[in-house]
Amino acid sequence: MFRNQYDTDVTTWSPAGRLFQVEYAMEAVKQGSAAIGLRSKTHVVLGCVNKANSELSSHQKKIFKVDDHIGVAIAGLTADGRVLSRYMRNECINYNFTYESPLPVGRLVVQLADKAQVCTQRSWKRPYGVGLLVAGLDESGAHLYYNCPSGNYFEYQAFAIGSRSQAAKTYLERRFENFTDSSRDDLVKDAITAIRETLQGETLKSSICTIAVVGIGEPFHILDQGTVQQIIDTFEIAAEQEGPAAEPDAAEQSAAAADQGGSTDEGVAPMDI
Amino acid sequence: MTKQQANWSPYDNNGGSCVAIAGADYCVIAADTRMSTGYNILTREYSKICKLADKCVMASSGFQADVKALQKQLAARHLIYQHQHNKQMSCPAMAQLLSNTLYYKRFFPYYSFNVLGGLDNEGKGCVFTYDAVGSYEKVGYSSQGSGSTLITPFLDNQLKSPSPLLLPAQDAVTPLGEAEAIDLIKTVFASASERDIYTGDKIEIVVVNADGIRREYMELRKD
Repeated sequence: MFRNQYDTDVTTWSPAGRLFQVEYAMEAVKQGSAAIGLRSKTHVVLGCVNKANSELSSHQKKIFKVDDHIGVAIAGLTADGRVLSRYMRNECINYNFTYESPLPVGRLVVQLADKAQVCTQRSWKRPYGVGLLVAGLDESGAHLYYNCPSGNYFEYQAFAIGSRSQAAKTYLERRFENFTDSSRDDLVKDAITAIRETLQGETLKSSICTIAVVGIGEPFHILDQGTVQQIIDTFEIAAEQEGPAAEPDAAEQSAAAADQGGSTDEGVAPMDI
Repeated sequence: MTKQQANWSPYDNNGGSCVAIAGADYCVIAADTRMSTGYNILTREYSKICKLADKCVMASSGFQADVKALQKQLAARHLIYQHQHNKQMSCPAMAQLLSNTLYYKRFFPYYSFNVLGGLDNEGKGCVFTYDAVGSYEKVGYSSQGSGSTLITPFLDNQLKSPSPLLLPAQDAVTPLGEAEAIDLIKTVFASASERDIYTGDKIEIVVVNADGIRREYMELRKD
């Protein structure tokens, strides 16, 4: 992006009414490797791309179990994400201790958002550089939320964050109307397909992605590599018969152009969307 | 000028007895299901046994409100452990945690007399016995609660390992089969409920072994 005289600390407004430090924090989310989430009436599936620093190292953990009924996938500064997961786990444990019932997802998400907001209004703090996809189940059904560094949160039917997430978003936009009534297995297949979109031609294998599921009668858990590989195998066979997927590259370019258009002072600040 | 005595106590004793016996590859934990206060019975069907981890079960007698609070504390701490270590707590680890949790309230104790039973990391049965402030010891068998004075001598007679001063050193694990241990428990509770007014109604027996955890019940005298 660009530097200007209003981006030194988070407590400085720009003349256009923007907090650049917060927007830069949102940029950090876009730099992280992709994470996607989608939900049906009864299940929520999270998926992420496993990025390793080098061939020698293991990949970073991006999906965390928060409680039996809540899980989170992160993109951006994974260290910030780890700290926030620990906070979420604590909140769930404390709520359960006091009320002997699981913390409703909507409540947790608001607490997270308030925590993020504090960091946008203190001169000695910086915003969390991580976007969280919170998947959870409570009495009112299955939920998928996205928490930004800005302190905003939104509920989604399906969403993708991180680098090359636009490709996944395009795929999800085409298919999301079917998700509400999808079966659990179809939802997982859609998640893996969405992840494949972000890989831009790289071979899809179970070592490169992590999938987690939470649903009615199914506590949050991360699927093991063997199961994921089996699912990949089933539809790789189907895909061979269909032919390669439509151009993700064209979609990427138009999305990039749109981004730059919004980046000038005249454009809408990203956190206001 | 005599010392002023408290006219209210934060504690109550809900009675009951707990027993645990460790075997080579199993552990049996049992407690009666009677909850009393004074000379009255509050309920005949109260469970004093709590599963803390996959292979770790605790039975506690004493003041059940404190017992409940203690169980909740341990469950919450166990959840944190699982998040951080990605696995269940072993029985010896839980034993240390329980001791620390009890001593934390050394100056306003949990009125809870506990026996912890389960399998250690190698799959061998283990029993840990506690006092109210966390002093604990790994043993082959133990009994706590109102009937313990009646039960312990009988268990000593049947199971006591030779003195630790004797050489060669002997294992803390008693050489008893699972079915024999359960039978012994039933005998022991039947005897205790004859003379201890706070023990009776039903025994809840929990067996922890390699196959998992299972539960049994046996009726006792209702008087």
